[in-house]
Amino acid sequence: MNDAPEKRAIISGIGISRIGRKTDVADLDLTTESALAAIADAGLRPDDIDGIASMGDTPLDAVEQHVGGRIGSFPMVGTGGLLAPVMGAFLAVASGAARHVLVYRTVKMMGGSILPPSGAAPPAAPPAAPPAATRASAGESGAREGMGSVMGDMAPLLTYHAYSAANWLAMHAQRHMYLYGTTKEQLGWLAVNSRRNAALNERAVYREPMTLDDYLGARPVSDPFGLLDCDVPVDGSISVVISSADYAPDCPNPPVRVEAMGGSTGPGAWDQRPDYPKMASVDAAGELWSKTDLTPGDVDVAELYDGFTFLAFAWLEALGFCGTGESGPFVEGGARIALDGALPLNTYGGQLSAGRMHGYWVLHEACLQLRGEAGERQVAGAEVAAVSVGGGPIAGCILLTR
Amino acid sequence: MTTTEQPRPPMPLPDESTRFFWDAVARHELCIQRCQTCGFYIHYPKVMCRNCQSRDLAGERVSGKATLYSWTIASQPFHPFWVDKIPYTIATVELVEQPGLMFLTQVVDCPEAELEAGMPLEVTFVEMSPELTLPLFRPARG
Repeated sequence: MNDAPEKRAIISGIGISRIGRKTDVADLDLTTESALAAIADAGLRPDDIDGIASMGDTPLDAVEQHVGGRIGSFPMVGTGGLLAPVMGAFLAVASGAARHVLVYRTVKMMGGSILPPSGAAPPAAPPAAPPAATRASAGESGAREGMGSVMGDMAPLLTYHAYSAANWLAMHAQRHMYLYGTTKEQLGWLAVNSRRNAALNERAVYREPMTLDDYLGARPVSDPFGLLDCDVPVDGSISVVISSADYAPDCPNPPVRVEAMGGSTGPGAWDQRPDYPKMASVDAAGELWSKTDLTPGDVDVAELYDGFTFLAFAWLEALGFCGTGESGPFVEGGARIALDGALPLNTYGGQLSAGRMHGYWVLHEACLQLRGEAGERQVAGAEVAAVSVGGGPIAGCILLTR
Repeated sequence: MTTTEQPRPPMPLPDESTRFFWDAVARHELCIQRCQTCGFYIHYPKVMCRNCQSRDLAGERVSGKATLYSWTIASQPFHPFWVDKIPYTIATVELVEQPGLMFLTQVVDCPEAELEAGMPLEVTFVEMSPELTLPLFRPARG
């Protein structure tokens, strides 16, 4: 379908804050940094912002107060997971409910929650963190942050065994290995490739070279996942300005066009799908491809959610870059997914090495690539980018073009 | 919390839909919600049958037999109760009563190297603490 409303939106500006580990910078500080940068990047002033959307952590009204603009009034999108605010913004500018919407995501390692759309108080934190003797890992805080929305479909009686998305997704990976012969080494190649890219990203938090042996030797978390299969929590903020497409001629930087989007909360949630270990990503991807004449073969660069290594594998298959069960061989050796490969993947270093910005760094990097501003990480001639977020019952994906 | 005190496990919060399950566990029985109109087994317990929209649901005792569908060896505790219990094997098992009837549990009494997708399992009730017994699974005997 060639009249999908999201085609009437562009990304006119992007901004990113300082990124770091356990900084004592207030989230409001990070948010104002990225938001003001994005607004300026779009050639706008705060007054021009007539819509603000986010899943937190900084509350919308704090941003309205400190940055400026108006929160505005438009519907939220029910699917799309972490990118739902971005998708809502696309529809808001497409419908004329707003002209320039600021969307941000700000995360802090200590604490962290997802702001429910209603603006009500975040859900109460689940059980306390493990003792300090155990090193913090991504799965731990990832579980806390995902609990509020995801646990609805997992009755409390289930949580007495598996407390973390690391456990749940490890079982998906295990089943994938059983069905298709996917290996731990193949998961490792994805991590190695992402670390190689992170070395070229001055904001990435883990940039030291990593070999496959380093990956294989990492501390086990939940088999087959070790520490280097899990993303790295950071403090940071990323903002984008979504504008109506008719603003494109006045956009100081190359506008990034929205070709299609798809989202799903996935029937069957974590373990009830007949096609397990497939996830909501296949439904989200199906929706996306139904709205465009472009095909997976047209994609020049892919920024796919890697909360865990296996999630990027699932997205490669869901989006049709390779067939079901073929993601292991696709990634093996790292050549196909390298910056000069057939499908450069997670060019900014991924959540695995750059940092967990909850799906917003994939968006930021895709925009840089399409604008030709990715510097040493630039994929030559990038014209079409795929962006995806989510795992399990949460999935959203967007196709962007120059 | 002192070092001599055992952390409490996270405790179930039985409600109208799940109370039957926990009452059965106390009797060392595995009961799964079943639609009384169409016979569809439902887990996790819900308020309505997604197969036929009936609300006539009740717990029925099942055989306790299952096959291993997938698993993971948990090496990192995500809750204080598990700190001294790692590693343990979290598993998704498929109860024999219905294709796709998945049950999240643990596998016990089975070395890691012997875990195999499809292996037959049977339920075993394990006292995790004086307050909490859980239905876990072990390799089927005989």
